[in-house]
Amino acid sequence: MSRHDENLHAAIPALLYEISRPGRRATRISAVAAREEVPETALPQALIRSEDEQPKLPEVSELDAVRHFTLLSQTNMSIDTNFYPLGSCTMKYNPKVNEVAAAVPGFANHHPLAPEWASQGSLAVMYRLQEMLAEIGGFSGVSLEPAAGAQGEFTGNLIIRAYHQSRGDAGRRKILVPDSAHGTNPASVSMAGYEAVEIPSDSNGNIDLGALKAACGDDVAGLMVTNPNTLGLFEEHLVQVTRAVHECGGLVYGDGANLNAILGIVRPGDLGIDLMHFNLHKTFSTPHGGGGPGAGPVGARADLVEFLPGPIVVRADPAAIADANRDQSTYRFHMPAHSIGRLKAFHGNFGVLLRAYVYISMHGAAGMRSISENAVLNANYLKKLVDPVFPVRFKRTCMHEFVANGAVHDGIATMDVAKRLLDYGFHAPTVYFPLIVKEALMIEPTESENRETLDAFAHALSEIAREATENPDLLHHAPHTTPLSRLDEVQAVRKLVLRYEHRQDERT
Amino acid sequence: MPYIGNTNADRIAMLGALGIQKIDELFADIPEANRFPDLNLPPARSEMEILRDIDELALRNTCGSAIPDRPILSFAGAGAYQHFIPSVVSYLAGRGEFTTAYTPYQAEASQGTLQAIFEYQSMLCDLLDMEVVNASHYDGATAVAEAAIMAVRSTRGRDKIVFSGTLHPEYIEVARTYLQPQGIGIEVVGSPESPGSPGADVAEVLAAVDQSTAALIVQNPDFLGRVHDISGLADEIHTRGALLVLHVDPIATALFKSPGSLGADIVTGEGQPLGIPLSFGGPYLGIFATRLSLVRKMPGRVVGQTTDTEGRRGFVLTLSTREQHIRREKATSNICTNQGLMALRAAIYLATMGPCGLREVAERCYRNAHYAADQLAEIPGCSVNTGTTTPHFKEFVLTTSLPADTLISRVAGKGVIPGVPLSRYFPRRTHDLLVAVTEISTRQDIDYFAETVRTAVETAGE
Repeated sequence: MSRHDENLHAAIPALLYEISRPGRRATRISAVAAREEVPETALPQALIRSEDEQPKLPEVSELDAVRHFTLLSQTNMSIDTNFYPLGSCTMKYNPKVNEVAAAVPGFANHHPLAPEWASQGSLAVMYRLQEMLAEIGGFSGVSLEPAAGAQGEFTGNLIIRAYHQSRGDAGRRKILVPDSAHGTNPASVSMAGYEAVEIPSDSNGNIDLGALKAACGDDVAGLMVTNPNTLGLFEEHLVQVTRAVHECGGLVYGDGANLNAILGIVRPGDLGIDLMHFNLHKTFSTPHGGGGPGAGPVGARADLVEFLPGPIVVRADPAAIADANRDQSTYRFHMPAHSIGRLKAFHGNFGVLLRAYVYISMHGAAGMRSISENAVLNANYLKKLVDPVFPVRFKRTCMHEFVANGAVHDGIATMDVAKRLLDYGFHAPTVYFPLIVKEALMIEPTESENRETLDAFAHALSEIAREATENPDLLHHAPHTTPLSRLDEVQAVRKLVLRYEHRQDERT
Repeated sequence: MPYIGNTNADRIAMLGALGIQKIDELFADIPEANRFPDLNLPPARSEMEILRDIDELALRNTCGSAIPDRPILSFAGAGAYQHFIPSVVSYLAGRGEFTTAYTPYQAEASQGTLQAIFEYQSMLCDLLDMEVVNASHYDGATAVAEAAIMAVRSTRGRDKIVFSGTLHPEYIEVARTYLQPQGIGIEVVGSPESPGSPGADVAEVLAAVDQSTAALIVQNPDFLGRVHDISGLADEIHTRGALLVLHVDPIATALFKSPGSLGADIVTGEGQPLGIPLSFGGPYLGIFATRLSLVRKMPGRVVGQTTDTEGRRGFVLTLSTREQHIRREKATSNICTNQGLMALRAAIYLATMGPCGLREVAERCYRNAHYAADQLAEIPGCSVNTGTTTPHFKEFVLTTSLPADTLISRVAGKGVIPGVPLSRYFPRRTHDLLVAVTEISTRQDIDYFAETVRTAVETAGE
């Protein structure tokens, strides 16, 4: 089949700049006659952007814009259109009721600095979500402020720092980070002014307990641990790990990226995790949005709650509310006494928080457990189907995801398999991560997918394995059915083009 | 249970394939004593039930309007603004192909997201008159904090940042959170703490820029809405060996001299005014721009143009060797997700507005805010922008004979939120309100607003 025949997708639309024509317009701000408008005020001419300095933005009609972005969207794979088993990202179905709730005008149009007594609906959502997350994670308090998982990690490191400082313990400079951790972990450690010390994994995919104990000492501020870890395995010695860190005076931070495996199964706080962030855009179904926005609320054990970033929402003490509207005020904002401060302006990514509140509310306790049971069952079922074709690195029962080796055929790299999967209508799994598994293919099916989809995906992998021996070039040159073929990342770096370059002869 | 793909029959068959009887057996690695906790969560609700709950909660977001069905008139700003959002923005940005995709790791299956971000970068470059714009940060505040860190990294041996005191106070707080652990010094010059205080002037700020200063961070229009003449400031900063970080309102850049023409080295902005709903403070859009010569020090993702194997244009994430997933502890930042969907909204907004529409929005903001300021200033017991003659854009300080909180309570019953009390940030400014007026206000709205303030102030003694 020729490439032309296979290319069933829409072509990539031209850039807006290329379809722009002077004078075309989509939005008119006012149709009100001039006399009804407010009077003119002279502009401060010395400060004004002159006529020939006007920004050369595209000029398009509303239909141009609609067609452009609609066609662009159709060149994406997404959860709504394709199985998207991106390991460690929890690409579960994003319920549409979340979007309806977030668009309710009383929430969407509410100003962050409106008086608290006029914001009781938003505050109630935040308070309830704090309580829900604390219960699910096993923590005493939660701050919804962090805007993303990485900011949650940064928060955790800052709290660890503030905790030790509050005890006059200034000598601790190291944070232990397992070699299977996400790259954000060591980067967050550095941003908090700490030194990241890598701890190896053992032959079963756990943190190497001996190496960990050897690293523990009075210079260790804490440990960052992802559990289940990025191999999709539950840390078998987690309790010993957290105990060792506590015994040397350190705190344990949990990276909650993989919480989707253990909702209602076990609470991290019950296993000695002192602090943890929740990824609402993974576990709690808020859309990933092509790379954000997310939200990374942080939970803390009782004696660390006062260090949380603020503001957090607390129940109001009616006697303490001075103004006349006290009857309406049930909740208020509160800055924890020893707070590490603010992480962003205002109070968290509220629109994301609201979606997570809706999702948790629709599940209840039994529903939470059901999410993880089905996610783990799907992962183990798929692992069983994939293992004979692309061997799974660790044979233990996995949690919500597993890591296979994508390079088992001569001359075929994991990337070739990933690209060929796109031709079968599946988004590729995460590739080359975790770093400790060569040629990693990290697969997370989530609870949303049904058995037929898992079977079809496994079948596609079998077909690709067959192609790898019979016609390896088919893989080397994949993908063939996407709007564009393989893109040259090296050229992108060597010849940097980071914006549209206006032509000299462009119409203005 | 909602949103679960499999039936009971499926589960039984799958367990059979795994050679086990019960799902519980999959969780044998978990310490038994802690396995299967009883979670104390509210009972599950259906979609119909939760939407009713949401509607009821939304009704509790109110300013206590006594007039049924009258929309609330809000003049609150201070970093988050009510602007008109064309219908196509939510319509297009709500498409599942955009919302339910992730970070474009597989470029061939993500051209929609990648090209949209490239177009966002391009349009922001044009608007700000800068060479490079990244794929966005969490919000304006974190963009400022990361700009400060980048400035320290880009100027050898310098470890202090000077902040103009008229930068948004919450941004200064966020910068403290980010900078202190890294041992970066913070000097805030000219905070407008007392009533009538104009904040720092250029000479005062410049005086604080010394040999240890990596950057000066200035907001223009400033937190109090005033537009300063900062031509020449960049040159002064550069002679001192430091960088100029300029924080802007993207709407204002359509009207006032561009950050690039003013010589800024790094430009940050809060992109919320570009088609993003207020949503009680987030998610918003952190705009981050710089010079091409500094691009390798820049934090955050960036999309670049390239070609496929047949020479066709396409887009990929690029310069990733700066980033955490490659560089780990040596990365330029720990940032992973950007605000992709918010950048998309901004791109659609800008495409819909075009250069003329955006300029029109900016001019209407300017005109409406000045009309409102004039109307309010005429009320006995009220004054506007006391002690300063600096021009303002869409915000100004209203001082009345009433404590600001009292004024807010009084006009609430008339369906008006008159602004943000400055005492929130500067406790001594008890009688000052920061008032924002945008293009959405009509003359009637502004007249009604002024009338409610007049009534409230006139009855002050009663």
